Amino acid sequence: MSEQMSGAEMVLRALKDQNVEHIFGYPGGAVLPIYDAIFQQDDIKHILVRHEQGATHMAEGYARSTGKVGVVLVTSGPGATNAITGLTDALLDSIPLVCISGQVPTPLIGSDAFQECDTVGITRNCTKHNYLVKKIEDLPRILHEAFYIASSGRPGPVVVDIPKDVQFAMGDYYKPSNESDHKSYKPQLNGDLGAIEEAVNLMIRAEKPILYTGGGIINSGKEASESLRELAELTGFPVTSTLMGLGAFPAKSDQWLGMLGMHGTYEANLAMHDADLIVCLGARFDDRITGRLDAFAPNSTKIHVDIDPSSIGKTVHIDLPIIGDCNNIILEMIRIWREKTDQNRLSASSVWWKQIEEWRDVKSLRYENSDEVIKPQFAIQRLNEAVKDKDTYITTEVGQHQMWAAQYFQFNEPNRFMTSGGLGTMGYGLPAAVGVQVAHPDAVVIDIAGEASVQMTMQEFSTAVQFRLPIKIFILNNEYMGMVRQWQQLLHGSRYSSSYSESLPDFVKLAEAMGGKGIRCDDPAKLDDAIQDMLDYDGPVLFDCRVSKEENCLPMIPSGKAHNEMILPETKDIGNVIDEKGKVLV
Amino acid sequence: MNTNLQPSGSAYFITKPTAEPERHTLSVLVDNEPGILARIAGLFSARGFNIDSLTVSETNHEKGRSRITVVTVARPKVLRQIKLQLERLIPVHKVHDLTQEGKCLERELALVKVAGKGENRVETLRIADAFRAQVVDASTESFIFEITGKSSKIEQFIALMMPLGLVEVVRTGISAISRGSSKM
Ligand SMILES: Cc1ncc(C[n+]2csc(CCOP(=O)(O)OP(=O)(O)O)c2C)c(N)n1
Ligand SMILES: [Mg+2]
Repeated sequence: MSEQMSGAEMVLRALKDQNVEHIFGYPGGAVLPIYDAIFQQDDIKHILVRHEQGATHMAEGYARSTGKVGVVLVTSGPGATNAITGLTDALLDSIPLVCISGQVPTPLIGSDAFQECDTVGITRNCTKHNYLVKKIEDLPRILHEAFYIASSGRPGPVVVDIPKDVQFAMGDYYKPSNESDHKSYKPQLNGDLGAIEEAVNLMIRAEKPILYTGGGIINSGKEASESLRELAELTGFPVTSTLMGLGAFPAKSDQWLGMLGMHGTYEANLAMHDADLIVCLGARFDDRITGRLDAFAPNSTKIHVDIDPSSIGKTVHIDLPIIGDCNNIILEMIRIWREKTDQNRLSASSVWWKQIEEWRDVKSLRYENSDEVIKPQFAIQRLNEAVKDKDTYITTEVGQHQMWAAQYFQFNEPNRFMTSGGLGTMGYGLPAAVGVQVAHPDAVVIDIAGEASVQMTMQEFSTAVQFRLPIKIFILNNEYMGMVRQWQQLLHGSRYSSSYSESLPDFVKLAEAMGGKGIRCDDPAKLDDAIQDMLDYDGPVLFDCRVSKEENCLPMIPSGKAHNEMILPETKDIGNVIDEKGKVLV
Repeated sequence: MNTNLQPSGSAYFITKPTAEPERHTLSVLVDNEPGILARIAGLFSARGFNIDSLTVSETNHEKGRSRITVVTVARPKVLRQIKLQLERLIPVHKVHDLTQEGKCLERELALVKVAGKGENRVETLRIADAFRAQVVDASTESFIFEITGKSSKIEQFIALMMPLGLVEVVRTGISAISRGSSKM
């Protein structure tokens, strides 16, 4: 059954048919017909942003905290180019987005028309797929296909570029009945049973096993986190995770080793290094994880479960690849394990656990607290304490504060931690928090921020004010681009070239000027009360938390080093750790 | 990941690669849609893969399918990535490594313009005959030859024409197909 309507109306109709409730966008000449269609309906709520990059990160936060597709609407030319950072971010972190962009009318394409840019050309390498819709007849199919491609397989951003004449054109709207029946795109969801059985055999025999999990578990849905918990319970294996996977396994579990990788815990990295079996579930052996590749987990057999075949064997040799959706495969693992054994989990791996306990005793996340100045680690622990019984979502910017959030905040549920992992985009956290709050209006949504990062997308605070979104921006203000400063200390003789945050705004006044509340705290004794003030305020808050300026983020695996060569917290002079060869690495 | 420049794909690991680069011919079946060539070429340049030769043309009009033949030189691990990354593109149906799958036929066509007079003209024709190159255009002072065959044959022909007055050459790049009755 089809219905006559304009291209612009089709956009809104397709969004409705895809159960979209919110879109994040900014108007302009080439999308005016779509904005007119928005005006004439009530099903879909439009969140007006202040910059298109903000819209993309909001959509990312929205998507990651709900599991739904995030939708962005931008105009041609500068609207589209402003969205590039967020699209690239979503590509690297596998976040499902559909970005609809306006384009100049088809007869003008290629003529350097006003606000024309080659959107499909520019976004080709930063999207999972993109489309230029040249005919109204193609529009309904493409819109629905875009949602299918964005959300299935390994999720990612999809751009649909719609020329203005196509938005005005009349055509037949229909919703394809078989949208998962794409002619060439067919993600593999079920793992090979033989391979899964082989994996379980390896797992039963392993003496020093570890589950290394990542964002793939989160993307596989809430059920995957539950399955993971069951698998861990059944096998008794220790669990670690990448930044992107935090929360899939509860931090409160005694099988949890903490995050692994460059700023991971001693026990997680040492367990990876010494493991005889690594079961990688939805992670990709990224360079922040492996450290020096020729010394990475040298004596282990590696099983890699991933929905994207190209992730397998890309950096690290894999002994047993299993392609498919994490949840399906974990469920099969559980079933087969139960069939094969009722092995007592503790006795089988007691030697391994004893070793892990010794590593844990190193307490690699310890830090020296202070009565005079707020330590950033302490601030996050107090924040965690204040919200631990609340329905809380955390986003971050990029830098030391991001790593401290990952290390010191306890994530016990999936979809609760939104951060820019792959691209490391400063300015992600504030708009992401806006997007999360749109999806979860009654939850506590906190952006753990740095004073430098937050200035990159600060203007979206106004968006929060406009839409009454009570986001809390908790700035760990160390007056430095701390992570840059730390690397300069590590590699460049403490010459802090351009990493001091000069001429900072008065964040309290800034918050007030924008219509929110500002809070400042620099006294550890007053921190708890100040955090409570922030949480009690029913509106957006900018919290200027003045922390110690030259704190380093440790532990750390420096460039060119292996997992068992970490810098631990007592290292005072980190400037002598890295050799010449390591210095060229990033 | 620039696997060509940094064989491991990691910023941490700059050591010498072990395996030698190999030359492989890939056949890629795609939907013939706008921008498909840019997608393929863009993937190679973005990830630092080599393209030695690339040809493309529609091969099935009803279904709107094109077949792309790409010749690349890469180490085995990178070759695997090239194949997997190509398969990741939405309009790509299949990728076959013809070199890996056994013997395949590879052919190329070249148009070769040679100018000359007197004895050189006779010699030119004699060599063209030996190479089964066809004269497709002639003037009193020039010939254009059409020659097909393996790239090595074409290169040899061009080398011989060089001293005889080679003016210019255009080549199609390699088209390849697997031997035997099976289809891609
Ligand atoms: C858009 C962008 N530009 C530059 C960088 C490089 N960079 C990484 S961390 C960082 C400093 C962040 O400073 P701040 O937000 O104050 O966080 P801190 O490290 O002090 O906690 C910079 C400049 C980046 N990640 N993103
Ligand atoms: Mg800072």
